[in-house]
Amino acid sequence: MSDGLCETAHKPQEWRTMNVIVCVKQIPDPANPGALDATSNTLKREGKLILDESDSYGVEMALQLVDAAGSGEVSLVSMAPNSETAGLRTALAMGAAKAVLVSDPALQGSDALTTAKILAAAIQRLGGADLIIAATESSDGYTGTVPEQIAEVLGLPSVTFAKKVSIEGGVLKADRQTEEGYDEVTCPLPALISVTAGVVEPRYPSFKGIMAAKSKPVDEVTAADLGVTPVGWAGAGQQISNIAQAEARAAGEVIEDDGETFGKIVTFLEGLKVI
Amino acid sequence: MGISNIWVFAQVANGAPTSGSLELVTKARTFGGTVSVWVAGDGAAVAGALGEYGASKVFAVDYGQNLAGVSVASAMKATIDGGESPDLIMFPQSYEGRDVMARLSVKLGRTVLTNSVDIEAAGDSVSATTPIFGGNTLVTTTFTGGAPYLAAFRPKSFNPEASGGAAAAVQAVSVPDLGATGTAKITAVHVEETTGPKLDEANIVVSGGRGLGESANYAMIETLAKLLKGAPGASRAIVDAGWVPYSYQVGQTGKVVKPSVYIAAGISGATQHMVGMKGSKNIIAINKDKEAPIFGIADLGIVGDVHKVLPKLIEALQAR
Repeated sequence: MSDGLCETAHKPQEWRTMNVIVCVKQIPDPANPGALDATSNTLKREGKLILDESDSYGVEMALQLVDAAGSGEVSLVSMAPNSETAGLRTALAMGAAKAVLVSDPALQGSDALTTAKILAAAIQRLGGADLIIAATESSDGYTGTVPEQIAEVLGLPSVTFAKKVSIEGGVLKADRQTEEGYDEVTCPLPALISVTAGVVEPRYPSFKGIMAAKSKPVDEVTAADLGVTPVGWAGAGQQISNIAQAEARAAGEVIEDDGETFGKIVTFLEGLKVI
Repeated sequence: MGISNIWVFAQVANGAPTSGSLELVTKARTFGGTVSVWVAGDGAAVAGALGEYGASKVFAVDYGQNLAGVSVASAMKATIDGGESPDLIMFPQSYEGRDVMARLSVKLGRTVLTNSVDIEAAGDSVSATTPIFGGNTLVTTTFTGGAPYLAAFRPKSFNPEASGGAAAAVQAVSVPDLGATGTAKITAVHVEETTGPKLDEANIVVSGGRGLGESANYAMIETLAKLLKGAPGASRAIVDAGWVPYSYQVGQTGKVVKPSVYIAAGISGATQHMVGMKGSKNIIAINKDKEAPIFGIADLGIVGDVHKVLPKLIEALQAR
């Protein structure tokens, strides 16, 4: 190694390229009630899927970190049936540069561990990144383990439940939510973080962004392309054995406020002997 | 065979095992085998409490400045490699619990069933039950691979009941070399002080949501909670908006509460919120929108403006 290179390597890096990969999930619109497929017992994911709102925070955080670094790009990885890209296009319209979409009928019934292996392989297909960002959990399946499982598969350090994130001189600093409050954590890159909703304010895609997103590259691959087997039900260490309806909670009395309904509440509380 | 060697990861907060962890030790006892509990940090401090609920051994992992999740998962893996063979490992659905089970599931190549509310063993077959769609459907899933089975449970899935056992024996387990995964370090610990009853233990919970309009109006929720000797709570929307700390959040990603009375003010009732409070004995909802889903589960629903109803309610209670 020449002296010149050594000098560069030891210089504190104020400016560096930041490449960030965001794991995003495309889910059925939460405004519509969910349903299970009667034959497969998996969550129905037919029709148009949207970008999980929880993931918009990660996309925004990634864009801000790349902006702050001065160079680099944001890439996306996602696993979805039927070559679905509607949610990916939303994230691309926000400013992400490209995406890897893993779409494969064989993936139906995959458990969280298989999902993590698939996403980790998709991340490696992109050549890895300085930082990988995921939401703390998806809004439809909410297993909540996939981010940390991806970190373990890739052998990376991780900071889950990060509610404040910054990067200084190639080191990540984050406030991590705990039972009692929060911990301040530092972590060298490359690393994985899962971010809580509200960590940043996600931007709305601009018209220009939406138009540009249509031609951004989406690399669609199968589980076999990624070399991950077995997947789906065959690879899952679990099997659904029963589905039952929970006891429904009946609605009680609903009354329009006429300025005096506070008295109803007082009477109700008195009846319960709590006041 | 069956389930004879059970491990429980206990979340410790403010120097004591959380009630969600004691529930799991209680449930673990019912399988009739030995129950060992893993804790991140000081084992001696919690050995008494854990023994009282049926643990015979405490594995204590001194994780230093490392993150607890990766440290405990690695220590568990090393202990299993060393010859221990747990049949079932139970985790609370807590911050550390999720990290430990996720790391461990990859290390062991085992699936993990999360958000469970019940678990059953029949011979060697183990099944966990999870509510989905905001709790209106219960899915039972059976593990198909070999033991150990990994399952995580929502708080308040079981009743914690002491068995009066002696203090558990403490065994210190050191953290193996974590390599790159151990490079994240804790540099400072912040404890958020709360006054009054704890949100997940209070007999009455008063929660506010976006319908309050602005953060200053949350004071009404605090006043009402104080008058009722209850705890103030919040929907995710206003926690995300920064009106109140995360520790106030009731719902899927926050606290699960089952008080005698739950008052939801200006909360529409997103699935995320309802999951955390629909187990309350009595629910009172105040919301402007009569179509709000919260009215579907409320025992008393007031279709009205929280800015008008709450001040009058507070006044009436203060006058008593």
